[in-house]
Amino acid sequence: MSRKPLVREVPPTSWYFRQPRYMRYMSREITSIFVGAYCVLLVVGLQRLADGPTAWEGFLLALQSPASIVFQILALVAAVYHAATWFNATQKAMPLQIGEDFVPGNLISGAHYAAWAVLSFVVLYLAGVF
Amino acid sequence: MSNSPPRSQPPLAAPPGGAAASLGRPGGSSERTVQLEVLRYNPDTDTEAHFQRYEVVCQEEWVVLDALNKVKADIDPTLNYRWSCHMAVCGSCGMMINGEPKLSCHAFLRDYEGVIRVEPLAHFPVERDLVTAPDDFMEKLKRVKPYIIPKEKKPISEGEYKQTPAQLMKFRQYSMCINCMLCYAACPQYGLTPSFIGPAALTLAHRYNQDSRDGGRAERQEVVATHEGVWECTFVGACSEVCPAHVDPASALQQMKITSSLDWIVEHLIPGGKSAGDSVSREDAGDKS
Repeated sequence: MSRKPLVREVPPTSWYFRQPRYMRYMSREITSIFVGAYCVLLVVGLQRLADGPTAWEGFLLALQSPASIVFQILALVAAVYHAATWFNATQKAMPLQIGEDFVPGNLISGAHYAAWAVLSFVVLYLAGVF
Repeated sequence: MSNSPPRSQPPLAAPPGGAAASLGRPGGSSERTVQLEVLRYNPDTDTEAHFQRYEVVCQEEWVVLDALNKVKADIDPTLNYRWSCHMAVCGSCGMMINGEPKLSCHAFLRDYEGVIRVEPLAHFPVERDLVTAPDDFMEKLKRVKPYIIPKEKKPISEGEYKQTPAQLMKFRQYSMCINCMLCYAACPQYGLTPSFIGPAALTLAHRYNQDSRDGGRAERQEVVATHEGVWECTFVGACSEVCPAHVDPASALQQMKITSSLDWIVEHLIPGGKSAGDSVSREDAGDKS
């Protein structure tokens, strides 16, 4: 019997609208744009710092513009969402077996959240927030 | 090509008289008319697939497979689909049900409202109606060597290869795969890049890599640690969400990414370093020479 299989192509640019889980995945991936853009902002800041006090003051002033504040809020939300998806993934990537049993996944992810909170506190402390 | 079983084959443990009749329990359940929209494709006459609507009187507790059996028994005997066990064990009846990869024997009608759209598993060529061609998956399954390659070969007279319960638990979850291919239908990476080895095959590679009796990781790494292997995975995670056997392929693939990365670090960044896989493959080469 001859075969004539039908290939149903995946639409290359719209497949992620098919399922909410694909949309969630794409939203996670898109956060990297904001995280990357904020990294560029930090590099520019370093450059301004190296250029001297006047350049640095100008950079700080630019950060306070409404557009800059909106961008920073978006970048913060994106970075927090990205970090949460990352910490939630740790329990899948690094399962921990003790004897015959596996440590509950929530404990593994929870430990990462706790470490995140402690490190954030240390960074804020060093930055003189408290 | 294997199509669905003959009409006369009833579901497991059902009385004779056809699948549809077998599940109707007099006085015990209510009837419901279900609209099924089924993708049809006849390779002998069609150049494209089309949807066909069936109106089926079903029992409330039926699954989609029962409704299809009723269609085939009473309405349209030309409908083709695969099934066998009717108890979510054999992995034959995977289909897209309202766009979601499901075992049709595990998709209860009571969980659906309105028209139920039934299509063949996504990302696989359609042979006929709901029957897909699994050739690509079977080929990839072979490539990952999903069997124990003994760490130490010993004669039968020395007895069995022993394993503790803890060693068993290390891989047990990944041995539950029923090869239903739902994870491939859910994985957009496989749909977009068909050369991707894919979730189930890679998970089986992980299952054997994790087995204390196995020494074949180096051989499997040639397939696993490649662009077509774990590095094509972008951790969408859909494979684990749709797996009817709760195997969690996404977990297996992320673990393999870590071990493959460690292999690379040991091999390239540590002077004189040999990755675990590398050393095994060299020993194998020595054995053969």
